[in-house]
Amino acid sequence: MEEQEIRLLKGNEAIALAAIRCGCDGYFGYPITPQSEILETLALEKPWETTGMVVVQAESELASINMVYGGGATGKRVMTSSSSPGVALMQEGITYMAGAEIPGVIVNVQRGGPGLGTIQASQGDYFQCTRGGGNGDYYVFVLAPASAQEMADFMDWAFTLAFRYRMPAIILSDGVIGQMMEKVVLPLFKPRRTDEEIARECPWAATGRKNRRNNILTSLSLDPQWMENHNLHLQEKYRKIRECEVRYEETLTEDAEHLIVAFGSAARIAENAIETCRERDIRVGMLRPLTLWPFPTDAIRQYSEKVKSILCIEINAGQMVEDIRLSVEGRCPVNHYGRMGGMVPTPEELVQVITKYCS
Amino acid sequence: MKQEVIIAGFGGQGILSMGKILAYSALMEGHEVTWMPAYGPEQRGGTANVTVIVSDRRISSPILSSFDTAIILNQPSLERFEKAIRPGGTLIYDEYGICQPPTRTDINIWRINAMDAAAEMQNPKAFNMVVLGGLLKVQPLVSLDSVRRALTKTLPERHHALIPANIEAIEKGMQIIENLQRA
Repeated sequence: MEEQEIRLLKGNEAIALAAIRCGCDGYFGYPITPQSEILETLALEKPWETTGMVVVQAESELASINMVYGGGATGKRVMTSSSSPGVALMQEGITYMAGAEIPGVIVNVQRGGPGLGTIQASQGDYFQCTRGGGNGDYYVFVLAPASAQEMADFMDWAFTLAFRYRMPAIILSDGVIGQMMEKVVLPLFKPRRTDEEIARECPWAATGRKNRRNNILTSLSLDPQWMENHNLHLQEKYRKIRECEVRYEETLTEDAEHLIVAFGSAARIAENAIETCRERDIRVGMLRPLTLWPFPTDAIRQYSEKVKSILCIEINAGQMVEDIRLSVEGRCPVNHYGRMGGMVPTPEELVQVITKYCS
Repeated sequence: MKQEVIIAGFGGQGILSMGKILAYSALMEGHEVTWMPAYGPEQRGGTANVTVIVSDRRISSPILSSFDTAIILNQPSLERFEKAIRPGGTLIYDEYGICQPPTRTDINIWRINAMDAAAEMQNPKAFNMVVLGGLLKVQPLVSLDSVRRALTKTLPERHHALIPANIEAIEKGMQIIENLQRA
């Protein structure tokens, strides 16, 4: 049996190696800090010589996302990656993919904003990603890794969800997770799907007409009734996803009097602070959403009936806290703490914050 | 076992790669590790630092504001990180980059003249390995054999001829590090 390979990897490197190993057919991207190692690692690995995976440095983010649109339309597992301002540029392509029901994976290794902002880590794109980001009524999957290992593990998960529901999936990481090195157990190699497998599994894809009707993949229809029906279909899909695909992790919540909610690198820093607070008899636990959309609304609502308060810790001005408040609906106080502009809180800082709000 | 180390100095001193070799060696011994660089518009001559955490258990935050051990290789880093060492913790510094020595009395202080030693060995690039040797003498986080294996694994084959010189530099560091103060 093939042994799993253990490596010391940056989160960005982990995602690139995992992409090759999970049968990704193509990567299209444009360099931007703090995620350039994804493209660099793929260029070094030369997967086109081994698995046949295509790697293209496109001329821009717009070109990248539209190459993803094209590849996804043919049923291929294709992806792009960028950081915050680059993902902002991609929003037109993402909404077109959502409208035309084309699967694809977008990795966003967030940096501080708004605008060109800074190259240091941030979680300021929560709204951008969980609210669709482009025009029209749509959502995309938003998965939030908190370690280099999860960067590797979430790659195949993102493709699986994107194809199961025919829509884009975003892996929402940040500069801390992308740049730090950790132990990573790489996934085993999974072969790329053959043309026959794609034709069988993706009967909607543009794979060459042969003996069937045309598969037309477009987000455009000038008939409003058709378009409303299409929207109703999308909404039904999103309802089903909210019901079936929510994932989160709970830490020390059993006896918790106060609940911390945090994702990604903020959750890692919060976990350290919680360890210290527990030593000081402050009974706090943490819920870490792995899916930011669909959001763990029900789980948080249930906690809001048990705990004295909820504290949301984010590396932004307060974005996920809105989803928490919508889940809690006033059942308990909800507080927020965040840093912005590329500043990241320290564990000691969060100990003070938790002590202030939770004791 | 859990050891939280900051290595700080000038860009170009081999700080990040020293941290990487330490992290990789610890990984090979089965520990959990994180390596978190201060990334930014870093350049040769600018300040650079990396936080390396080695632990037997799952590591929570890769970002820290206090440390068990600080390896300080220039004056701006001493000013920034001397105060971040936990009481009873350890400071290792190379006198070459330091004009105002540390003043804390509640920490262990070690001095290593790694810059001079590397120059004497006619291998100035091995400076960071001399420092690593000093660290491993004071905090035996990983064995020399693990470092050798980590170098073999991480260096491209064309550089494998340099491994003995690197090991020699580590051994040199172990010999020359001197204790100046016990907490």
